[in-house]
Amino acid sequence: MSIWRDIKGTIEPFWVTLRNMFRPVVTIEYPEVRAEISPRYRGRLILTRDPDGQERCVACYLCSAACPVDCISMQATEGENGRRYAAWFRINFSRCIFCGLCTEACPTLAIQVTGDFELANRNPLETVWEKEELLVDHCGQEPGYNFYHHAGIGVAAARGCNPGEDKPVNVKDLLP
Amino acid sequence: MPEWLLISLLILAKLGLIFFVLLTLAAYLVLAERKILGRMQLRPGPNRVGPFGTMQPLADVIKLLTKEDFIPDQADKWLFMLAPGLAAVTALLTFAVVPFGPPLTLFGHEVPLVVCDLNIGVLFFLGLSSLAVYGMTLGGWASNSKYALLGAIRGLSQLISYELSMGLALVPVVMLARSFSLTDIVMAQADVPFALVNPLAFLIFLISIVAESKRIPFDLPEAENELVAGFHTEYSGMRFGLFFVGEYINLIILGSMLTIFFLGGWMGPFLPGVVWFSIKVLLVCFFFIWVRGTLPRLRYDQLMHFGWKILLPLSLLNVILTGAFLLWRQG
Ligand code: SF4
Ligand code: SF4
Repeated sequence: MSIWRDIKGTIEPFWVTLRNMFRPVVTIEYPEVRAEISPRYRGRLILTRDPDGQERCVACYLCSAACPVDCISMQATEGENGRRYAAWFRINFSRCIFCGLCTEACPTLAIQVTGDFELANRNPLETVWEKEELLVDHCGQEPGYNFYHHAGIGVAAARGCNPGEDKPVNVKDLLP
Repeated sequence: MPEWLLISLLILAKLGLIFFVLLTLAAYLVLAERKILGRMQLRPGPNRVGPFGTMQPLADVIKLLTKEDFIPDQADKWLFMLAPGLAAVTALLTFAVVPFGPPLTLFGHEVPLVVCDLNIGVLFFLGLSSLAVYGMTLGGWASNSKYALLGAIRGLSQLISYELSMGLALVPVVMLARSFSLTDIVMAQADVPFALVNPLAFLIFLISIVAESKRIPFDLPEAENELVAGFHTEYSGMRFGLFFVGEYINLIILGSMLTIFFLGGWMGPFLPGVVWFSIKVLLVCFFFIWVRGTLPRLRYDQLMHFGWKILLPLSLLNVILTGAFLLWRQG
């Protein structure tokens, strides 16, 4: 009967709440007690180095493009040997939503997430991290990967001038 | 010492004591509520200020006192400023007729443990509880905000729908005790509390006072997910604090009333009367908190239906049945 069901449905919750009162609290009292962070936690970002100790980032702007809140900015530049790197690299952590999309976009596995989430700061300007602060001297979660071993460093000589290379085709010549 | 001086000193002492106890109790009831609700939701509740959060009420008072006292530009200033006081004062005034213990003998005088034993205590309580809604209504109207106004209107119509059954639930009590005085009503329950004599009236009164306290599941005047904060949307600082404290004083008052009318007041074995009274009142307060932790808010029309179509006929029926029973017992 529906009235019986209603009465039962009104009484039963009282028992549930009373029982809960004597159950252990599930809150983790943060500053004193710390939760155990999962290894796949997406926290503060770092820029890692390859096993040779070189910067992995090639300043390809892919992370910056992938970022949904546009909080990565950088300036690309090239070394003597044609190796690209970021002249400056900046992440605004007060805008970052820790989605991890930048790490998925990165072809060199340079930008990676860590388990650090304590970024709160009284001065908002200090939540903007520069390259020096982001750069770490280890490989992060991807030890042994070296992008340049797969891709080679960009060459200093002009195109078609290297041994065993054809001159670039002039596409206008191919027109009928 | 002349007689009148002694009597007025005693009254002043009682007044001061009641004020102090009531306000402290109301402040700690807030803490208790937050703690108990927290435990019911598997979290610890406030525990940062002082050991186990026991200084939290103090911190709250300091916060409320130091906040900006904001008055909206278009508000009716005088009513806006007076309304919170009205809410708190009516709640406090009701305690004047609450007998919280058996008469005491001090300096050879019989001192009743009640500020003023009115012979129409029941009516005084009903009258003040209807007045209490004015604080809310005027506050909601004066703030000149649509949410506050809606909350105030809801409060008024809610008042009408539960006040009737609340009054009618008290009629059997008065019939059984043959008196309007709260002391006499408690005296009449020396053997059996009225909750056992007339459980239906007890239940109706219980539901009505939950509605009277404007708390979940009947907190329609301030339904925060519909009306921001209902009638006190525009209030801030200590004016909001008065509304807030008023609500908790009201809780204690209603708990005392339930204790007096149905749970036998200060009557009880072994322990002194005042202790029994406090235990019962605190238990009722715990029940209120428990209800808040358990039930969802009713819809506006559900409350109306419930009040008019179920509670009112039931309480009328109960009055008739009690009358018939009393006549039958007289023979
Ligand atoms: S984690 Fe997401 S929001 Fe943060 S920098 Fe990377 S892409 Fe942008
Ligand atoms: S995607 Fe990777 S390599 Fe490209 S700019 Fe970002 S961090 Fe550097």
